[in-house]
Amino acid sequence: MAKAQPALPAPGPQMVIIENLHKRFDAVTAVDGVSLTVETGQVVVIVGPSGSGKSTVLRCINLLETPSAGNVWVDGMHVNANKTDLNAVRAEVGMVFQGFNLFPHLTALENVMLAQRLVRGRDKTEAKEIAFAQLMRVGIPEKADVYPRHLSGGQQQRVAIARSLAMNPRVMLFDEPTSALDPEVINEVLDVMLKLASEGMTMVVVTHEMGFARRAGNQLVMMDGGRIVEQGVPDEIFANPREERTRAFFAKILSH
Amino acid sequence: MATPMGNLMDPAAVPPADLGGKIRSWRDFPYWLLGIAAILGWIAYLVTTEERYENAWDRIIPGLRITIETTIYAFGIALVIGLIAGLGRISRNVVVKNLATFYIEVIRGVPILVLIITVAFVVVPYAAENFGFENNSVDPKWRAIIALALIYGAYLAEVFRAGIQSIPKGQTEAGRALGMTPGQTMRRIVLPQAVRNMTPAIGNDAIAMVKDTSLLSVLAVNEITQNSRKYVATSFDSRGTYPILFAVYLTLTVTLSLLLSWYRRRFGLDDNG
Repeated sequence: MAKAQPALPAPGPQMVIIENLHKRFDAVTAVDGVSLTVETGQVVVIVGPSGSGKSTVLRCINLLETPSAGNVWVDGMHVNANKTDLNAVRAEVGMVFQGFNLFPHLTALENVMLAQRLVRGRDKTEAKEIAFAQLMRVGIPEKADVYPRHLSGGQQQRVAIARSLAMNPRVMLFDEPTSALDPEVINEVLDVMLKLASEGMTMVVVTHEMGFARRAGNQLVMMDGGRIVEQGVPDEIFANPREERTRAFFAKILSH
Repeated sequence: MATPMGNLMDPAAVPPADLGGKIRSWRDFPYWLLGIAAILGWIAYLVTTEERYENAWDRIIPGLRITIETTIYAFGIALVIGLIAGLGRISRNVVVKNLATFYIEVIRGVPILVLIITVAFVVVPYAAENFGFENNSVDPKWRAIIALALIYGAYLAEVFRAGIQSIPKGQTEAGRALGMTPGQTMRRIVLPQAVRNMTPAIGNDAIAMVKDTSLLSVLAVNEITQNSRKYVATSFDSRGTYPILFAVYLTLTVTLSLLLSWYRRRFGLDDNG
């Protein structure tokens, strides 16, 4: 697939603004002052060693974690303000988990329908139509009536993506979406993500897939120790990392 | 994701013996069930052929209806109490959590027999008076049902708590991330999976409650144990009476066990649909 987006889109409306974010878990500081802006239609890829706080940053965007300090805005909504309706924000923010987290007691189609009906208030016919269309979009309409445990990891993750897309989110968060997958099915998930990127979906992706970062990323963010070490255009950082930490990290993950 | 839930709580919650699973060799055959069938058949034979046993049977069996009715009402109420107290136990609200824990620990800390007489003769009369009823207006059967429901409500609360906590946190996160409320997430995602995991433990408590209805004889509720004791008090025929009582309980519990086992095969872990 060709590059999904021009490397640096003209600054447009800002979809996600993270301002001086801190998150502490008891004694551990997971995120230590992160600021990051995601333009509408941009794909931001966050990389870094485990424990660097990248997943926590992601989880603060839809408030699965409550920031200890700092501010997060999503499409103009101040996410961590007290008066903000949390469920309303979350309905606008899709999230894909490392462990898929499909609902095992529901079929693929029912997985994609549930929140549409409960949160978006769509009737059964409409929800079903949209669910089926989203399963088409991720390439597995034939698995609509299958329970998750009969699906491969790659198929489960694609259903999970369809489940988020059915809510018509304004931004999609991916938390290591391919880390739990067998190598041979990673690409079927990455292909779906590349397609979404090329359709202009705003995405924040935590991943170790540097190929994806190179092909779809507008911005690469390197984190370590709860802080952003380096950020910029993926190709430039790959070719010429400015920071020693970044260089060491790339050397580790690209050496084999 | 759905794990076999043998370890839901205490040893009492171990799933019932596997009745009638796939028999692959002579080792798998349930010989013990044959033994039980033999005992029951023998006692049935005695009842139909000897007057001594027939007389006892005629006096015991009218109580069967009360035994079964009491169990059904009390267990139904206990399930509701158990769900509420179980949710309370994992509530983040300190007051709710402590109230639920207080209730569960009090019930678990006192013998069932003592609870039954205390609820029937102390708690219910006080409650009745405070709601403006006569002291004796609640009949013994309902005192018994209330007592058993309160006791098993606490036991089931722990089953619900463990069942809910057995569902991976990612399930709740996925629901919440989609914009579902905590209540919607609990009702539509967590509970359906939890209840499926909990059926062995719930079934065990149902069987235990059938057996514990025998304690209601202390309240002069005319269930089968009370009927047996009343009959022995006039006939002095312990040996002709109690074997029948024994067989009736065994029939009830083994039937229930077989039903549960069938139910789990039909709807349980074998089928996530």
